[in-house]
Amino acid sequence: MKILLVDDEQELVSALAERLSFRGIDADFAVTGEEALKKVGDNAYELAVLDMKMPKISGIKLKQEIMKIRPDMRIIFLTGHGSEEDFKAGSAESSAYLVKPVKIEDLIAKMREALA
Amino acid sequence: MDKDWEKLGQEGLAFFGRMSASISHEIKNALAVINENAGLVEDLALLAERGATLDPERLKRAAAAVQKQIRRGDGIIKNMNAFAHSVDEPVRQVNLDETAALMVALSQRFAARLMVRLETGPPSGVCVTVNPFLLENCIHLCLAFALESAGAQKALTVSVSGTDQGADIVFSGIAEPCGDFPTEMAERVAGAIDARLVFDKTKETLTIALPRKPAG
Repeated sequence: MKILLVDDEQELVSALAERLSFRGIDADFAVTGEEALKKVGDNAYELAVLDMKMPKISGIKLKQEIMKIRPDMRIIFLTGHGSEEDFKAGSAESSAYLVKPVKIEDLIAKMREALA
Repeated sequence: MDKDWEKLGQEGLAFFGRMSASISHEIKNALAVINENAGLVEDLALLAERGATLDPERLKRAAAAVQKQIRRGDGIIKNMNAFAHSVDEPVRQVNLDETAALMVALSQRFAARLMVRLETGPPSGVCVTVNPFLLENCIHLCLAFALESAGAQKALTVSVSGTDQGADIVFSGIAEPCGDFPTEMAERVAGAIDARLVFDKTKETLTIALPRKPAG
């Protein structure tokens, strides 16, 4: 499984990518929308985990941009919010919607579900 | 002077809600970083038990990340506490440098989302007697407009200075005004603390002109 994690919290995505790699998942990360789009263009990721609220670009907007490059990629949203508004938007636009902090086992289960 | 308390109350609750949501989001992010780095330490320990070499530098980096987020969380909670206590007394003497710094700190997430560098000016030592919560609400409404209007330079400064009448809180760097300001609600909140809002397009500034103490 080759995935991309996108979150402006660098110390979160770098640790999460390392933990996923220990579990056999090839995880890359980006801390801005621009970096994410460049990496999506350069790599054949199967799935992206996107923070919903990032500087400059929202997770939903980033997902729309990713879909233009790789329409077959699966998307999971990760958010610090648990608001009803975010839940509706996140659920409608993605394979799964998870609220931080997330258990790594739950995240992996959602990834596998999304790619099944 | 407009003191329509029902509308002010609705706006006050909305302001409190916006700030609470922003603060809780920041705390969640700090906890998420701690969660992943604590999990990483656990993973490294499990791998070491199975014979892998433990990299002390990696452990130190994970510990440093946790400590940094604890300091971040502590700062967020201190600000949250100061904000929560702003409703303790209807009117009291307020250090405007501290209030400006608090609102700038609480607004950093909004600023980051708009890619605006938001900072305070040099300390003034100016104090006025005012309703602290309504003053914070007024600053928040001004900041929301100013952040959206920062333009290409993406830098906004909030400065305090003493005046003959009391004090000015000045938002500098409003290069590209986004919509009309002051809004009816901003005027209402400013009116409730006997303040005037002065937007100067030429100077690219918005000023809250405060009296030394409330009228009457």
